[in-house]
Amino acid sequence: MEAAKLVRMANQIGQFFASQRGADPSIAIADHLRKFWEPRMRAAIVAHLEAGGAGLEAPVREAVARLKAEASGPTA
Amino acid sequence: MSFVHEIDHGTPASASAATVKLIIDGHEVTVSAGTSIMRAAVEAGIQVPKLCATDSLEAFGSCRLCLVEIEGRAGTPASCTTPVAAGMVVSTQTERLKQVRKGVMELYISDHPLDCLTCAANGDCELQDMAGAVGLREVRYGYQGANHLGQAKDESNPYFAFDPSKCIVCSRCVRACEEVQGTFALTIQGRGFESKVSAGMAESFIASECVSCGACVQACPTATLIEKSVIEIGQPEHAVTTTCAYCGVGCNFKAEMRGEELVRMVPAKDGKANHGHSCVKGRFAWGYAHHRERILKPMIRETIDQPWREVSWDEAIGRVASEFRRLQQAHGKRAIGGITSSRCTNEETYLVQKLVRGGFGNNNVDTCARVCHSPTGYGLKATFGTSAGTQDFDSVEQADIVLVIGANPTDAHPVFASRLKKRLRQGAKLIVIDPRRIDLVRTPHVEAAFHLALRPGTNAAILNALAHTIVTECLVDDAFVRERCDLSTFEDWAAFVAEPRNSPETVGPLAGVPPETIRAAARLFATGGNGAIYYGLGVTEHSQGSTVVMAIANLAMATGNIGRPGVGVNPLRGQNNVQGSCDMGSFPHEFSGYRHVSDDGVRGTFEALWGRPLDAEPGLRIGNMLDAALDGSFKGLYVQGEDILQSDPDTHHVAEALAAMECVVVQDLFLNETAAYAHVFLPGSTFLEKDGTFTNAERRINRVRRVMTPKNGLADWEITLAIARAMGFDMHYDHPSQVMDEIARTTPTFAGVSYALLDREGSVQWPCNERAPTGTPVMHADGFVRGKGCFIVTEYVPTDEKVGPRFPLLLTTGRILSQYNVGAQTRRTANIVWHDEDVLEIHPHDAEDRGVRDGDWVRLDSRAGGTTLRARVTDRVAPGVVYTTFHHPGTQANVVTTDNSDWATNCPEYKVTAVQVAPSNGPSDWQRTYDAQALAHRRIAAAPAAE
Repeated sequence: MEAAKLVRMANQIGQFFASQRGADPSIAIADHLRKFWEPRMRAAIVAHLEAGGAGLEAPVREAVARLKAEASGPTA
Repeated sequence: MSFVHEIDHGTPASASAATVKLIIDGHEVTVSAGTSIMRAAVEAGIQVPKLCATDSLEAFGSCRLCLVEIEGRAGTPASCTTPVAAGMVVSTQTERLKQVRKGVMELYISDHPLDCLTCAANGDCELQDMAGAVGLREVRYGYQGANHLGQAKDESNPYFAFDPSKCIVCSRCVRACEEVQGTFALTIQGRGFESKVSAGMAESFIASECVSCGACVQACPTATLIEKSVIEIGQPEHAVTTTCAYCGVGCNFKAEMRGEELVRMVPAKDGKANHGHSCVKGRFAWGYAHHRERILKPMIRETIDQPWREVSWDEAIGRVASEFRRLQQAHGKRAIGGITSSRCTNEETYLVQKLVRGGFGNNNVDTCARVCHSPTGYGLKATFGTSAGTQDFDSVEQADIVLVIGANPTDAHPVFASRLKKRLRQGAKLIVIDPRRIDLVRTPHVEAAFHLALRPGTNAAILNALAHTIVTECLVDDAFVRERCDLSTFEDWAAFVAEPRNSPETVGPLAGVPPETIRAAARLFATGGNGAIYYGLGVTEHSQGSTVVMAIANLAMATGNIGRPGVGVNPLRGQNNVQGSCDMGSFPHEFSGYRHVSDDGVRGTFEALWGRPLDAEPGLRIGNMLDAALDGSFKGLYVQGEDILQSDPDTHHVAEALAAMECVVVQDLFLNETAAYAHVFLPGSTFLEKDGTFTNAERRINRVRRVMTPKNGLADWEITLAIARAMGFDMHYDHPSQVMDEIARTTPTFAGVSYALLDREGSVQWPCNERAPTGTPVMHADGFVRGKGCFIVTEYVPTDEKVGPRFPLLLTTGRILSQYNVGAQTRRTANIVWHDEDVLEIHPHDAEDRGVRDGDWVRLDSRAGGTTLRARVTDRVAPGVVYTTFHHPGTQANVVTTDNSDWATNCPEYKVTAVQVAPSNGPSDWQRTYDAQALAHRRIAAAPAAE
């Protein structure tokens, strides 16, 4: 999947949840990605983060990091 | 006129709760106060002769045939215009009445052709019936006097003929055009003996404002206005009630048949969505079903540059199964997917998603609702708890303020538009929010109180500004919010919209709407009584589509306009079964009834029933499938009844992605644009050839009934079953009713639905279950589905699609009345006479700047691509905005649209594309190349000669 497009889509999602009051936007963004993005899309955005995550806004970066942590499984 | 002689009560029903007792022909009758004597008589089983009266129209009293005598009253009043009164004693048949009626009929017949045996209405003519009813045996005046015989027929309309020689000037056609359709295209021209029906300003029907809805034809009691198909074929001999396969209004029709030949489609009086009305598409545009371009045999080819080869069903299905299995073995189980169709039935879409989830073993299923109303699902579920509109169409009759945003009902939902216009003529107020001056803004006897002609892409800003006014001017319905909504979310939202950056004074200049207009519209909506919001794709097809749906829901909750008739949030769905295809689990993240695939309990239900493990991960959306095809991880696609190459945005991108796949299977009536990239073509069936259900925009589940044998040999649902079986997933049903039974077993909102119930009730609106055994016309009446209504902050985020020196104009796209979606059906009917090409609407100032005159070829370019089409110079669009339709593949408006999409759902941003317009000298090189390529891709190899 083209990273630039996924970054743009993820940042759009991030923009919405960042505007909501109170809650940590990274949790809501990660939840949205989990519910609506197919595994290869999530894998691609995680891979993009691992490659430096160019273009990802701060809360989105944090949300993708959450997905990455989930994918890696619980740490000992 | 209609083959099915339903009871015609002569005048409309009275809504009064009070009753009146009277005596008619010795029978005591009790009816509602305000009922006409004619209707009261019919309710008592007594038919009073009539010609100018019919119960779809207000009483007129012109034919003088329905006269009665009333004890204690002088004269012979018309029973249609005389209301009942308590204790009234009425006689409908006396010597005096008999003589008067016979005299009236003599006058009519003395000026009427005596060609009954060769008349197309023979056997279905009220004049003929009335001659019999009054015992007409002679015409004392003869036939040689002054008359209206021998007048020229008007055959300009492709679907019906007008023969003025047969006209009795009862005005039913004129009144139907006014009262039912609301177009006012017809009038009675002249006075006295010179009176005659006239279209427009004494024009032909085709040149007049007539919209060919057929209401006049339906109302005509003679053969004056009659369908050309009846003239050609003759009178039908049986009729079957079914549902229109065009827009989301979901009109019921009686398919009137002679054997297996469809004679005409007549709108059903008892249709709960249309109440006997129709539009040009449903009423007349069904000829595509037997168009010569329809493909009736399965075809395959190895590569898309080869000609098609006709094969047996077994070979075609076998090819699909072997290719899909090969691709999954080589590239993984998630390498293939399917697209369900909003033009197909609920049962068919359910089966396609079942095939994908159970047979393919993944959730790569999506539907064309992705590109229209997916934000509706997301936005309304987040705020109200369910992904559907809140009302029935009848609700509009109790609306006081109607807010139409991003919808053009007179073109896209014409039968609902007629009902809306009727309510507006009765005094309801209208607010239109649309960049374009749609017809509703000013149409005969209707004028919007406010038209907010906003700049495309600023919906969220405008709705926030309306909310700002309501909150800061203390117009919130506090009682409703306190009782029905989540107060903490309300407080967050109210604080947000009250910020100065959301004020009309700040938003107005950026949206191009005067602040005082925004404030006045907000005040009217909040204080004018029942406020109903109707919206369409002008809301959803934006990068903030889901946000704006939530903003609409916020506005309705803040003003207390939810949970009763006359109010609500009403998404006007584009295609006939958009609501149904979404309900049936066509989205990649949810099963039927909008339940997420990660829900173990729900997934377990389906796993137990289908005998297969199911994927707990969401699948790819259509756009994601295309992207994945280009990166090589998605290889095979089954497309049922959609034409994504023409309908989806950024055509170049779609074409490249389709070309990158190894097995594209298209199931359709015609070799559509997508089929140019297909390897297997499976001929589909029309709505006339199968059983099933469609669910319309008001959640109404309507029956579709088979009236003829599928010309291709199989109904669409049978084709999907064959693919499943060939892939080793044994889906077995003998009839679509069994599919609905499974839907009911697995889907709580459909738990009470069955074909037996639908046959009994006509139709029902979901939720239909133990709590609501005959359905739910108005949702959220006692509480929101999610509990408390949830307000959501709807920050305005300008789209990335910005005008600049290269692309200084904004393009927005839409539909026209006579055409439907990509035009695959309507382009193959006589509707082409009204719209044979897509044109570009451009404001006179923008046209003058570019040296463009009306009718000139212009080039339309965006960063995605360019096309050429003719210009229509009009101030219907604002300066800086251009508009076109997407009905013709020769134009391919979506070559120009971009891959921008809604943040939540990836619904494409069709409504905002930065473009430039320049004079051109004809079709572009791309269009010429595409035409040649499309022809090459459609070649079918000649069948081998017989030995």
